[in-house]
Amino acid sequence: IKFDAGTLLLSTHRLIWRDQKNHECCMAIPLSHIVFIEEQAAGIGKSAKIVVHLHPAPPTKEPGPFQSSKNSYIKLSFKEHGQIEFYRRLSEEMTQRRWENMPVSQSIQTNRGPQPGRVRAVGIVGIERKLEEKRKETDKNISEAFEDLSKLMIKAKEMVELSKSIANKIKEKQGDITEDETIRFKSYLLSMGIANPVTRETYGSGTQYHMQLAKQLAGILQVPLERGGIMSLTEVYCLVNRARGMELLSPEDLVNACKMLEALKLPLRLRVFDSGVMVIELQSHKEEEMVAAALETVSEKGSLTSEEFAKLVGMSVLLAKERLLLAEKMGHLCRDDSVEGLRFYPNLFMTQS
Amino acid sequence: MAMSFEWPWQYRFPPFFTLQPNVDTRQKQLAAWCSLVLSFCRLHKQSSMTVMEAQESPLFNNVKLQRKLPVESIQIVLEELRKKGNLEWLDKNKSSFLIMWRRPEEWGKLIYQWVSRSGQNNSVFTLYELTNGEDTENEGVPSKCGWRMQQCRWHVHTLALECLSFQFGCSPQCT
Repeated sequence: IKFDAGTLLLSTHRLIWRDQKNHECCMAIPLSHIVFIEEQAAGIGKSAKIVVHLHPAPPTKEPGPFQSSKNSYIKLSFKEHGQIEFYRRLSEEMTQRRWENMPVSQSIQTNRGPQPGRVRAVGIVGIERKLEEKRKETDKNISEAFEDLSKLMIKAKEMVELSKSIANKIKEKQGDITEDETIRFKSYLLSMGIANPVTRETYGSGTQYHMQLAKQLAGILQVPLERGGIMSLTEVYCLVNRARGMELLSPEDLVNACKMLEALKLPLRLRVFDSGVMVIELQSHKEEEMVAAALETVSEKGSLTSEEFAKLVGMSVLLAKERLLLAEKMGHLCRDDSVEGLRFYPNLFMTQS
Repeated sequence: MAMSFEWPWQYRFPPFFTLQPNVDTRQKQLAAWCSLVLSFCRLHKQSSMTVMEAQESPLFNNVKLQRKLPVESIQIVLEELRKKGNLEWLDKNKSSFLIMWRRPEEWGKLIYQWVSRSGQNNSVFTLYELTNGEDTENEGVPSKCGWRMQQCRWHVHTLALECLSFQFGCSPQCT
């Protein structure tokens, strides 16, 4: 049986023959099946040949042109040319035995050559290899994804910095940008989830939630405030959350709600002292008037520390200190700062010549 | 403490030894310190001091009250005096200073007045005469006030500058 007029192809793994006329006819032999090869020189009426001696066919042999053959070799006849070169190359491949390094699928598929880099395998080994491959692939994908994420985070940080700087510029140059542009920019910032310091100051934190909360606070705090007229924000926080029991307030929400008290014309207001201490006081409460009373108390006793004053008047030490500091700011008291502690005296520098 | 020095009421007031944060209060406080320093130095005839001495001196350290003015605050008081013209630093490090409980201009005027009164406009004086002469003593130019050469020279210098227009005949000699 002859197979005429074909093209012989040599790969690292196989010898492939393809019918020139009928391209669908294609067959291959793995190089591993080859025991050895020999040349047959051309003669008169004979073309140059290569005899390829083969191993006995393995049971897993793919279907080929014959089921079996009594010959253990095949002859490749080079009608036109190329035998010498082919022989040389084939010997090279036989020597190198590259197919041993790269396991190739032994299933022969028409019109399909080995794909670069792709490894195909069969059997358990093949399955294991496939799993390993898949794992590596997944790994690679994940790290790539995270690479993007870390890149994204870097970019995001730059973005946040940029928007903060722009927000600050807006804040500084209120006059230079039009109202519309400012509003548009703020909405962009908001959509990006960036808290804009400008909005908080000009419009208040402005959410409905905080407004409602402010009203609620006014209700809760009315009674406790009757006593001293003034309470530190930390006391308020504890009081309110204890009363709520569930759905506790966060400090930020509390502060934001308190900032709206005055705007909503509620009977309480938030006040921030120079030292940064925040208090809630009744609108009717006049801290400045309390200062006059404080001066009297101090004068009576000659001098007082914040703790002594707090004890006398019956208020917390924090608020007592704030009151004394306010009195000092107003020029009614002066201070004596020594190793013994901080004491307040009536301001004789001003009252005595 | 020689010559019953009368301490001002502030000296017994503890807040006096704490630099007041309230600006107005501080102004009053510093003014009181300045006049205290000057009167103290005048009485004790001290024309110069080092900052170290000052820290331990009863001037800034009231042992009975157990209060002393901290060194940073002392520096502030000295700076106030310098601004007023009553103090001169003797070195770059600001470790010792000259205290002039009468400012050079004031001295200048006094000397001039004495000189013109004693009719010695056209004669030559030496510094020694000026500070140690008998006639000068009564005129309020203190002779044995412990002046240093520096101080006196300077006064005369200021005087010379000021009195150019007065056709002052005296010229300061280098002795």
